[in-house]
Amino acid sequence: MKHEYPIVLKGLNHWFGTGDIRKQAIFHLDMSLPQGSFTVLMGPSGSGKTTVLTLVGALRAVEEGSVRLMGTELHAADEAVLRWARRQIGFIFQAHNLHESLTATQNVMMGAMVHSGVADAPARAAARHALDLVGLSHRLDYLPEKLSGGQKQRVAVARALVGNPSIILADEPTAALDKDSAAEVVDLLVRLGRERGTTTLMVTHDNRILERADQIMTLEDGRLVKTETSRSP
Amino acid sequence: MSRILQFLFGRLPIGWLQLSHNRGRFIGALTGVAFANLLIFVQLGIMNAVAGATLKPYEFFTADIMISAEDANALNEGSNVARQWMLMALSDPQVTDGIGLLVANLPWERDTGSISLTTFGIDPGMTTLLSPDIASRVDLLRLKDAVLLDRRARSIGRDEAAGIRPQTPLRFESDGRSLSIQDTFSGGGGFGGDGYLFTSDQTFLSLFPARQSGAPDHILLRVHPFANVAQVIDRLQNLIPDKTLRIRSYAEAQAQDLTYQQRQKPTGVIFGFGVLIGVMVGLVIVYQVLSSDVADHISEYATFKAMGYGPAFFMSIILEEALVLGLLGFIPGVMAGTGLLALMAKVTSLPLTMTVSMAVTVFVGTVVFSVASGMVATRRVIAADPANLF
Ligand SMILES: Nc1ncnc2c1ncn2[C@@H]1O[C@H](COP(=O)(O)OP(=O)(O)O)[C@@H](O)[C@H]1O
Ligand SMILES: [Mg+2]
Repeated sequence: MKHEYPIVLKGLNHWFGTGDIRKQAIFHLDMSLPQGSFTVLMGPSGSGKTTVLTLVGALRAVEEGSVRLMGTELHAADEAVLRWARRQIGFIFQAHNLHESLTATQNVMMGAMVHSGVADAPARAAARHALDLVGLSHRLDYLPEKLSGGQKQRVAVARALVGNPSIILADEPTAALDKDSAAEVVDLLVRLGRERGTTTLMVTHDNRILERADQIMTLEDGRLVKTETSRSP
Repeated sequence: MSRILQFLFGRLPIGWLQLSHNRGRFIGALTGVAFANLLIFVQLGIMNAVAGATLKPYEFFTADIMISAEDANALNEGSNVARQWMLMALSDPQVTDGIGLLVANLPWERDTGSISLTTFGIDPGMTTLLSPDIASRVDLLRLKDAVLLDRRARSIGRDEAAGIRPQTPLRFESDGRSLSIQDTFSGGGGFGGDGYLFTSDQTFLSLFPARQSGAPDHILLRVHPFANVAQVIDRLQNLIPDKTLRIRSYAEAQAQDLTYQQRQKPTGVIFGFGVLIGVMVGLVIVYQVLSSDVADHISEYATFKAMGYGPAFFMSIILEEALVLGLLGFIPGVMAGTGLLALMAKVTSLPLTMTVSMAVTVFVGTVVFSVASGMVATRRVIAADPANLF
């Protein structure tokens, strides 16, 4: 049996709204992301990048076409399958979305403990290790309010990575950061992704990231208009 | 706290961390829950006191069956009963003893103010129908104008009561008649009177000339130790021609009196409403706290959802929060309630106390209601759309 790519989109269409205001946002999208590849999704504002990420991330119901994640169809999948799919993914949002009353370690632990059977102690150890990887071993017990923007986003990266997800989805993870922090966060994501063989799909406009991508896909008005492949993964 | 919850839920105590993160709101919420608990405790305390005070006089007698007039909902209310029904009842082979109980209120002008004593007139020869406390002293009532006084009656001091003995009786006047208190027994102030008095039927009739020995307020009966009370009652209902009479077991009479005091008398109904209002205040507070907590953290909850957490997880967080609020609000609530009831008991000489069953009821109720309002608050979390996070 042929081994399928971790992310496969076929004939994906998506609409927003109902009745007269019903508007198509995604048109006949096909996409295949090989295991361990780093793909950048580009395009002007409103071109449908976020919509694609939410569809791939099982955060939005697939209406027409097919989204296959690790060989599992998300179209018409039930809530349990969607939850399973979400657990295969490390999300990094534009806003860090850390839980304000949890420390850095506790926030990261939540990423580990979503996998059933992960007890407290191992989750804590994994969280410490992940925070160490993102260079925050000196901020383990800090609450988010005591961390800088870049540090918070690094905690979010640690939270996304701690469960060793097969897939990383990131939506402009550096948009809210200054140049140095942005470079650091992207560096981390690319390096750790490569080390772990994670398949990464990232929306970004950051030019410095583009040169490190395996694939660059450009969306315009919900259509894939260009795919550049820098090297075969 | 953190450790207990961690153990209880087998995960990070997110609910606790979230609640205690906003200290001002947390303390406000706990104060609110404690206040609602206090309100309920005071009302329940009063309701219990109503019950205690209602049932107290029944303890003076050891009857199995009570015969009362149709409209006699309580010992000191309603019409009287013909004494001949007692004689008829005694013809039943299983009825061993009977007594006519005369009841009236007797005023006593004291230096500290006027009190009203619920006075029982009985045949001093019928000791089998009296509690040991009364029966052991009932011979003293054979003297003319002799009475036994409730030593816990309102405004009767401990030293004053201790000085009353057959050798040194205390005389007092009521409506121009001189009475002699021979001894005391243990009763207690209630809502209908300030205490109790026992006297012989003879003295009673001379105190209340309008009353007649042939028409006591209630008839108390004792049956054979192995008799089936319900069957005896059935037979008496057939035997006694006056079908308007209430012939009830003594236990049933007490239960119905209690129901009457709590459900039909305005005071009982008002205190019942007080409990309801306390419950509602508590519910509103807990719901308010939980739902605004949910609203404040909706994007964090949506993040958890995007990470793959399901409804059970969110419910357990809200449950944890409800548990924390219920538990930590209950502790100051029960302490303040105990103190306030003790203070009120001192002032009113009503049997107002915090009981274990009250505390347990309110605690369980607080947690159950907190969890219930938490469940309502969870619906918004479960509806939170993770797609709006990006
Ligand atoms: N929740 C929504 N409801 C209605 N329209 C939406 C919604 N989300 C996105 N859209 C529309 O879909 C199109 C693509 O949006 P989006 O995926 O956010 O683009 P991008 O992330 O590339 O800026 C836009 O026209 C946008 O207005
Ligand atoms: Mg976007």
